[in-house]
Amino acid sequence: MSTKTYNWSEIAQNPKYLELKRRKRAFLFGWWLVSTVFYFLLPVVAGYFPELFKIKIIGPVNFGYLFILSQFVVAFFVAIYYTKVANNDFDKRTEALILEIQ
Amino acid sequence: MFIRTLLAVTCALIFAGTGFAQEPAGKGPAPSPQAAAATATAGAQAPVALAAPAAGAVAAKAATQAPMATKVKPNRAITITMFLAIIGVTLCVVIWAAKNTNSAADFYTAGGGITGMQNGWAIAGDYMSAASFLGMSGLISLYGIDGFMYAVGPMFSFIAILLVVAEPCRNAGKYTLGDILSFRAAAKPVRAVAAVSTVTVSLFYLIAQMVGAGKLMQVLLDIPYRVSVVGVGVLMVAYVVFGGMKATTWVQIIKASLLMSGTVVLALLVMLKSGMNPIAFFTDIVSSSHIQDHVRMAVLKDALPKPGFDYGQRFMEPGLFLKSPLDQISLGIAWALGAAGLPHILMRFFTVPNAKAARKSIVVALFINSTFFFLINLIGFGAALYLTPQLISSVDKGGNMATLLLAQMLGGGAGTLGGDMFLAFICAVAFATILAVVSGLVLAASAAIAHDVYVNIVMDGKADQQTQVKVARITSLFVGVAAIIMGLMAEKENVVALVALAFAVAASGNFPAIILSLFWRRFNTAGVISALLVGTISTLALVLISPVMTYPQKIANDAKKIVVTLEQKIASGGMLAEKDMKALEKAKVEFAKNDGQTSMVGLKEAIFPLKNPGIVSVPLGFIAAIMGTLMFRNKRAEDMFDEVEVRQITGLGIAKATDH
Repeated sequence: MSTKTYNWSEIAQNPKYLELKRRKRAFLFGWWLVSTVFYFLLPVVAGYFPELFKIKIIGPVNFGYLFILSQFVVAFFVAIYYTKVANNDFDKRTEALILEIQ
Repeated sequence: MFIRTLLAVTCALIFAGTGFAQEPAGKGPAPSPQAAAATATAGAQAPVALAAPAAGAVAAKAATQAPMATKVKPNRAITITMFLAIIGVTLCVVIWAAKNTNSAADFYTAGGGITGMQNGWAIAGDYMSAASFLGMSGLISLYGIDGFMYAVGPMFSFIAILLVVAEPCRNAGKYTLGDILSFRAAAKPVRAVAAVSTVTVSLFYLIAQMVGAGKLMQVLLDIPYRVSVVGVGVLMVAYVVFGGMKATTWVQIIKASLLMSGTVVLALLVMLKSGMNPIAFFTDIVSSSHIQDHVRMAVLKDALPKPGFDYGQRFMEPGLFLKSPLDQISLGIAWALGAAGLPHILMRFFTVPNAKAARKSIVVALFINSTFFFLINLIGFGAALYLTPQLISSVDKGGNMATLLLAQMLGGGAGTLGGDMFLAFICAVAFATILAVVSGLVLAASAAIAHDVYVNIVMDGKADQQTQVKVARITSLFVGVAAIIMGLMAEKENVVALVALAFAVAASGNFPAIILSLFWRRFNTAGVISALLVGTISTLALVLISPVMTYPQKIANDAKKIVVTLEQKIASGGMLAEKDMKALEKAKVEFAKNDGQTSMVGLKEAIFPLKNPGIVSVPLGFIAAIMGTLMFRNKRAEDMFDEVEVRQITGLGIAKATDH
């Protein structure tokens, strides 16, 4: 096991830690909620508003098909955006915090 | 020394397996409802429909192209050569990995030495199972857009993993689900329940893969189902027992790259055939008379066409496969949350050195898999258009052979060198896919038994590295054998439905336990155990009384409806076409065979209306977790939350592979 022991409850009160935790929670759960709502729109619309799904947009390609494709786009977006925020913000804050403790 | 013993056992197993496989086939389990429904209708009508005069130029084109084959017939020599090449390469990987597997960390997590990119390919590989490669394109080819909606779930499930599960788990865990859950709870009971849950989920998933493997090899190499299941099983056992996580990961990476190449080429050929014009492609689909006939008779069961109804466009509209809206939402819940609770995926986060690499691996996996599922949609629709649903369902009721048939056709057709080569390549890829996925599952299940149950419960965590690796290897052997036996028994089940069940159990039991362990201060032993027990048991119970089971009485009633409709037409002086006459005969036989019979748990019809229990079982899992926690408050668990939280957020004190 790690040779170093930490005072966990002390770290848990560190302002840098609290700020990191607040930012992470807001971002992660916020985006999780948004993307999940968008994801569940798909079965809800398909199931309860199938008329919307059936609207032909380009030839036989209907709104439903494009809506499914949009799910892929949203997933890509969330993944890229999160990577960016994590690399530029969360990771730096974590490093600063660890530096201060050790 | 130990390895030598295992080799001997493996050889004995191959030998015993061959003997077992030669026994006469027993009475298999009842087919799944989809398969049964397909048998009742599509099977009887397929050849007739193919022979029917096609209306419209496009349809006529499709009709002339649709071969009347009822079997995929690959060139044996080419196929076997490709299979052997894959087995050869992977066994080399296993030998290399076996030499480098000395500690428990090596065996379970490849010593934490996998990079984010490699792990991303491996995770993507875990998702790109034979069920999705063969089953999903099959679903699309038979049920249109509903099959494609099926593909969104697994792709989207990465979001939950990426945002709330992967990094915290990497920071707080070690090898297994039990490690994460037992961090601040009473270790032994939690580990025991976590192990049971892990084994349940992994075995569900495993059975699906084994059935897929058996059917595939049966068709491709023209060998009996039993021999093929045993053959795949033996290879899988060899990979895991000797190579552990290192071999499993590299087999997965090799397979994922082969599979992606195959998929890209196949999708590209479909697009080339349609003139690289997606609109023309879909226009051809909705105006294909085969697809129209299929939707009308096999899916919607309109014995006579409704005037003015566009059955072709219906293929592009939802509700052919997932008929109940609640079912779709329920399935969505299982995917969105379940993947985050799958033990074999969870285990992959521990093969990378830190949270940053875990993050990268999920993003890489998301990109690969989105591309894959998008291409599968082209392949599925392409199969419907160029092969016809009738042909696909005549070869396999669940549509599982659609991808393979399409490969053969796009390569130049049956009997041509191009067709044979391409079919053999896709077969070999599917074979590699199965091997890689089952290995990961066996590893996850045996880690739960060996690490959680044996080392931490029986031995109180006091076992040296040598013993741990030895126990892990023996356990893998037993899990592998169990999987082979269950694969043999589940021959007739629909593979996609079984995978969905694994996800439902993971979503209802494991997911609440993991997320609350990481984020809820009060969560404790009682909470973990109630979440896992209630989540798992309620899922299984709901499935047993759900429409996923086979209800002979329902088949009989459906058959009776056809009989009544057609006989009314005769009674009113109408003439029946030849295909309707055949449908009538078939329906009468179906009715006689199934009338008065009951399902596995003795039911005449399903009590629970949904195929997917997630919408009920996930809330039940969460409620149980919360109630269990509040009824048995535990101060130690609450005090330790600071540690869990600091660890999962910052990665301080992260378990390094070399530390153990």
